[in-house]
Amino acid sequence: MELKDKLLSSYVAFENDIDTNSDIHEIRSEAFKNFEDLGFPTKKLEAWKYTSLNAVLKQDYSLFPSKGNSIQLSDVQKYFIHDIDTYKLVFIDGKYSSFLSETTHDTFDVCLMSAALTKPKYKAVIENYFNKIAKKDNLTSLNTAFASEGAYIYIPRNVEVEKPIQIINFTTGSEAAIMMQPRNLIVVEQNAHVQIIERHQSLTSNPVLTNAVTEVFAAKDATVDIYKIQNDDISASLIDNSYIEQKSNSVVSVHTFSFGGNITRNNLNFYQRGEHIDSILKGITILEGKQHVDHHTLVHHIEPNCESHQDYKGIYDERSTGVFNGKVVVDKEAQKTNAYQKSNNVLLSDKATINAKPQLEIFADDVKCSHGCTIGQLDDDALFYMQQRGIPEKEGRALLMFAFANTVLESVKIPEVKQRIAKIIANKLNVKIGFNL
Amino acid sequence: MLKIENLHASIDDKSILKGLNIEVKAGEVHAIMGPNGAGKSTLANIIAGKDDYEVTAGTIELNGEDIRELAPEERAHNGVFLSFQYPVEIPGVSVTNFIKTAINQTRKAKGLEDMPAKDMLKMIREKSELLEIDRKFLSRSLNEGFSGGEKKRNEIFQMAMLEPKLAILDETDSGLDIDALRIVANGVNKLKSKDNAVIVITHYQRLLEYIVPDFVHVLHDGKIVKTGDASLALELEAKGYDWIKELV
Repeated sequence: MELKDKLLSSYVAFENDIDTNSDIHEIRSEAFKNFEDLGFPTKKLEAWKYTSLNAVLKQDYSLFPSKGNSIQLSDVQKYFIHDIDTYKLVFIDGKYSSFLSETTHDTFDVCLMSAALTKPKYKAVIENYFNKIAKKDNLTSLNTAFASEGAYIYIPRNVEVEKPIQIINFTTGSEAAIMMQPRNLIVVEQNAHVQIIERHQSLTSNPVLTNAVTEVFAAKDATVDIYKIQNDDISASLIDNSYIEQKSNSVVSVHTFSFGGNITRNNLNFYQRGEHIDSILKGITILEGKQHVDHHTLVHHIEPNCESHQDYKGIYDERSTGVFNGKVVVDKEAQKTNAYQKSNNVLLSDKATINAKPQLEIFADDVKCSHGCTIGQLDDDALFYMQQRGIPEKEGRALLMFAFANTVLESVKIPEVKQRIAKIIANKLNVKIGFNL
Repeated sequence: MLKIENLHASIDDKSILKGLNIEVKAGEVHAIMGPNGAGKSTLANIIAGKDDYEVTAGTIELNGEDIRELAPEERAHNGVFLSFQYPVEIPGVSVTNFIKTAINQTRKAKGLEDMPAKDMLKMIREKSELLEIDRKFLSRSLNEGFSGGEKKRNEIFQMAMLEPKLAILDETDSGLDIDALRIVANGVNKLKSKDNAVIVITHYQRLLEYIVPDFVHVLHDGKIVKTGDASLALELEAKGYDWIKELV
């Protein structure tokens, strides 16, 4: 059975398991209808021109894995940022693991979407925010239709959350192939601050397909930093749909580190509803083999005097392929917008591919918008220079690549995350040098 | 220390060195002078191991060992240092961290542990003072946005840190004003010892007033056509290179 049909036919069973009287049932049903009409995206769609899901969709995924898969902390500790104290929301095969998690309800909520969707306490927030900015496109609709579990984070006004929050989705491989659809909601009220680290990690070589949706609301003066660590097993594919709405004077940054996985598609959407907003989108992508990463970004400047900064660095080896599609829309009212976009890429092999496509739609006349895209190779003269100083070729290459990516890494605000990324890069480049640049 | 015999080399099938001989012993300073296109930088790059050039004949021995097949970093580990005519800009890597990496990779090649951080800092402080390099300069990206003089001073700073056996200074005087020239020359002179050797490649006699050579060689059309003492440099300065061409 095709995956679409399997999803459609399983919806009845899914509905039997949930409270169909709840308010969000209507939202789910509508989303289900949407997906039924649209199906999975194909390469015929402009937005999917360079990314084919065909091979990934052919697997016979288990949609509702059985409960009770447990894992030992010692086996998975390396996937956490464990050298600092953090809140943790950990899911194993889509089910919450209280053993590995550390939640809170003191002054703010770091807890479960399943609770938020069903308990009266959260009703007002869910009504105000759930599925309000998520697009009605095929994959987001699919996630919404089955939305039941994920992270729920609510930070009230003036609260500065001191510990970062980690959201980690593990898959164990007790099923032959598994499809996951985590759904996260992050609401950060006026003048509140929070830092979030997201990771999807497969512990198996069985195929995994994750179709995640995260909605983030940053109210006036709020600060939100999100770090997405994508270093998954080569058999795991990820579609990560993020929707971020910002109000006046808020600052939201999203760093996406794409090193692993089979096919990764990042749909990262920012909507600026207020003035003096800053949106920061940064990424480092280092791929090899036949890996494929597609960054689709959208920044919608709706009101005046806002900024956006995009800086994506990509290094592609062997037959890997990358896509950077950066769309910036500046509405007529959004005068004095400053929108910057950079996509710099290095191809290490003549079989590697990058498709870079800036898309600027500007309707205001007093704006600064720039975009720059480069595709190059490692500088042989720089490499010789390094070798001449005693740095072997392999380490020299790694150092050059690291230096190339470092403009993105240096803006990471959590030192332990920065170190972790540096370590992953060193492992990826197979060198043992400290990139303490 | 360095012994080159009958060296022939070409790039893209264009013959550049055509039977070059030179021997440099420990404790000596050699100057190689000559007109543009004589092959001076080619010689420097070939000794350092740049693979754009093809050595078609001859031998290059460093301390009795043929180094023609060694990778550039292996030559560096054996004590070869080239001060580049045009030092490469490497954005994103600070001067300090670059030199730390260079030193520790060299130590690793010799089976040594990383230099303790305290010793490294001390050495960096001493050597940067020797070359009158400002602290702030050390945290900047390597050569990025440096003036010509800063780049050359940074080269000699790295040389001071790496303490090479054989230092080749390729047009280190170009782009230097007279004060910077004095600082750089002073740095080189302080590093000179009976155990190491220096090859100074230059167009002009100016640098040789400060770094006094034991031998001056004139390179013309891929060969050394005349060798003398320091006075030969003065003669070249006064008469130009045309009379050399007539010698051939």
